[in-house]
Amino acid sequence: MQLIRQHKKWLNSLLVPGLSIVFGFIFGAILMIAFGYNPIIAYDAMISGVFASPYFIGEALRQATALTFTGLGFALAFKAGFFNIGIAGQALAGWVSAIWFALAFPDLPRIILVTLSIGVGILVGALWASIAGVLRAYFGTSEVIVTIMLNYTALQITNFLIRDVLSESGNTTESVGENASLSIGWLSTLTQSSRLNLGFFLAIVVVILYWIFMTRTTAGFEIRAVGLNPYASTYAGMSAEKNIILSMFLSGGLAGLGGAIHGLGTFGNIFTQGGLPDIGFNGIAVALLGLSNPIGIFFSSILFGVLDIGAGFMPNRAGVPDEMADIVTSAIIFFVGANYIIRYFVDKRTAKKEAASSTKGGDV
Amino acid sequence: MTTKLRNLFAIGASAFLLAACQGENAGDSSEGAGDSNDTDTEETADFKLGMVTDEGGVDDRSFNQSGWEGMQAWAEEHGVDDSAVKYYQSDDAADFVPNLNQAIQDQYDIIYGVGFQLSDAVTQVADANPDQHFGIVDAVVEKDNVVSLNFRDNEAAYLVGVAAAHTTETDKVGFIGGIAGPVIDKFEAGFVAGVESVDPEIEIDIQYAESFSDAAIGQQIAAGMYSSGADVIYHASGAVGNGVFTEATDRMESGSENQLWVIGVDRDQEELGEYADGNLTLTSSLKGVGTAIQLASNQAMEEGFPGGENLVYGLAEDGVGITEGNMSEDAWAAVEEARQQILDGEIEVPEAPEAE
Repeated sequence: MQLIRQHKKWLNSLLVPGLSIVFGFIFGAILMIAFGYNPIIAYDAMISGVFASPYFIGEALRQATALTFTGLGFALAFKAGFFNIGIAGQALAGWVSAIWFALAFPDLPRIILVTLSIGVGILVGALWASIAGVLRAYFGTSEVIVTIMLNYTALQITNFLIRDVLSESGNTTESVGENASLSIGWLSTLTQSSRLNLGFFLAIVVVILYWIFMTRTTAGFEIRAVGLNPYASTYAGMSAEKNIILSMFLSGGLAGLGGAIHGLGTFGNIFTQGGLPDIGFNGIAVALLGLSNPIGIFFSSILFGVLDIGAGFMPNRAGVPDEMADIVTSAIIFFVGANYIIRYFVDKRTAKKEAASSTKGGDV
Repeated sequence: MTTKLRNLFAIGASAFLLAACQGENAGDSSEGAGDSNDTDTEETADFKLGMVTDEGGVDDRSFNQSGWEGMQAWAEEHGVDDSAVKYYQSDDAADFVPNLNQAIQDQYDIIYGVGFQLSDAVTQVADANPDQHFGIVDAVVEKDNVVSLNFRDNEAAYLVGVAAAHTTETDKVGFIGGIAGPVIDKFEAGFVAGVESVDPEIEIDIQYAESFSDAAIGQQIAAGMYSSGADVIYHASGAVGNGVFTEATDRMESGSENQLWVIGVDRDQEELGEYADGNLTLTSSLKGVGTAIQLASNQAMEEGFPGGENLVYGLAEDGVGITEGNMSEDAWAAVEEARQQILDGEIEVPEAPEAE
């Protein structure tokens, strides 16, 4: 009986994101009809565009890789009760520092250079986020506001570094050498030379590590406890300051990792940015859709990767503006955010069923 | 309550049904287009052009739009329908390479990357597809299958600088750049040289938006410049400039003391300057992205693809220019004079701002 209940609970938690996705697509379809487009052709263009060719599957997974990291980063702080809006800035900090390191030591052997470059990216992202953590822990400043402001600081510093340190008043840095490349020969061949890279496997490893950390270690337990009830956990002897800073540090580290992988794997260089990288805010969306569960985040980032790459097919193959895909994505997030509506109906239904079955009699 | 949930599903289901019905009608025509993609020889247009935009998007009313309008004009010139030209929008720099590859899949004779931001992506994709022809705007990619299209924007910027200097009454003008770098440097250098050629005393406020797409930042910077006394602003910042126009028209409509002006960029932006009592677009510096694409495509059709070449368009080639707009007669006369001097080689317009 206990097992069935647990199983049911698990199914229920899948129900909200699942229904949100369905509603998101339906909402997009209604909107397309309202504007005189054909949603079936549009969705067909999007899905078949991606899945008809290994290249675009590879690109969708590449996009998903970065989103997995930034999504996990947001989820970790979220579990501790913080809204880390600065994921984008931390990812950018990780990106520029990883590239910087790779450009500075081009002659190190590949395995060392790749590891160290990514490590530097993680560390810089983590430290950048810790600024907000420390301010929050000791001065009680809102981490939302501080991280938003740090986003723009990171953007301007990055552009300055690119223009004045990493290049001579140019808009792009040189490409990192072969030794810092994340590409794997067979994977590129398999996906018709898409930019899918080592990072994808790293993402799977990090998903598992994240799960172990959060559910099987004391530190992870403390972070979750602080998130559930900060007062109770302080009373139980956990240090609030330590946990705030630690969770922001780890959250920023994951974002920095995402940025480093995005930089080394997708581009191999960095160029002046016109705005904060998309992987930051999309990572937040991924974390919300995945309900902060690592497995959920992994799959929702794949969904977002497919939506993102597939959106490019909508204008020319279906005549639907690619902004429609953004609307679908936003609608999905909206329904996740408004999940209490879905929960309300689901709970009502189960309550009714239980009431019905309990009146029926005692064989349960 | 469950009925409500069921209703929701029902609405959704009927939406799909409706879509399915529509699908049958629309399906025919789009299938036709799909077929012609596969069998290239039957296509009405034997020569097809694709373009990939930079982050500004195709409706930035400036750079990308100019390129797209040029491609449409090209299609009209050759009497082919719109299926012969297509654009691919990039929302993010990560989209450049997939978009180029998508365009390759859709089989175009020449695929243009519009904007220097795409130069790495074009280089990479051109390496991987040596038989496909590409074009790059505002950058040089030295490959046999890539033609580079560049502009002496500094010459047009010089002329609008002259116009601004002859128009300002506060002796203070502003320059708003997109993302600092070699391309926008040309605009800045030309504008500054143009203003100073008329009156070195005029103060020039130079600021960068660090974006080509964020109109809100453009509006903010413009607000700052107008508040501190500038009355003419030249923007070289793509869609950021939309915010500059918004700020100027807002101020004029709410009764500004002095006449404010905006100078447009890349294409004639006169329509953006309309407000209740007139038009505040002083002039626009023109950049013939569209013309250059048209010319290069025609050359490729008639004489073969000019691969590996760097085609530079300046005032002499009519690749850049200036509109008369709402300039005073004096200002226009001065602009005409300066144009002649540049054409005669009497004035050499700098390409990069002087080092500080």
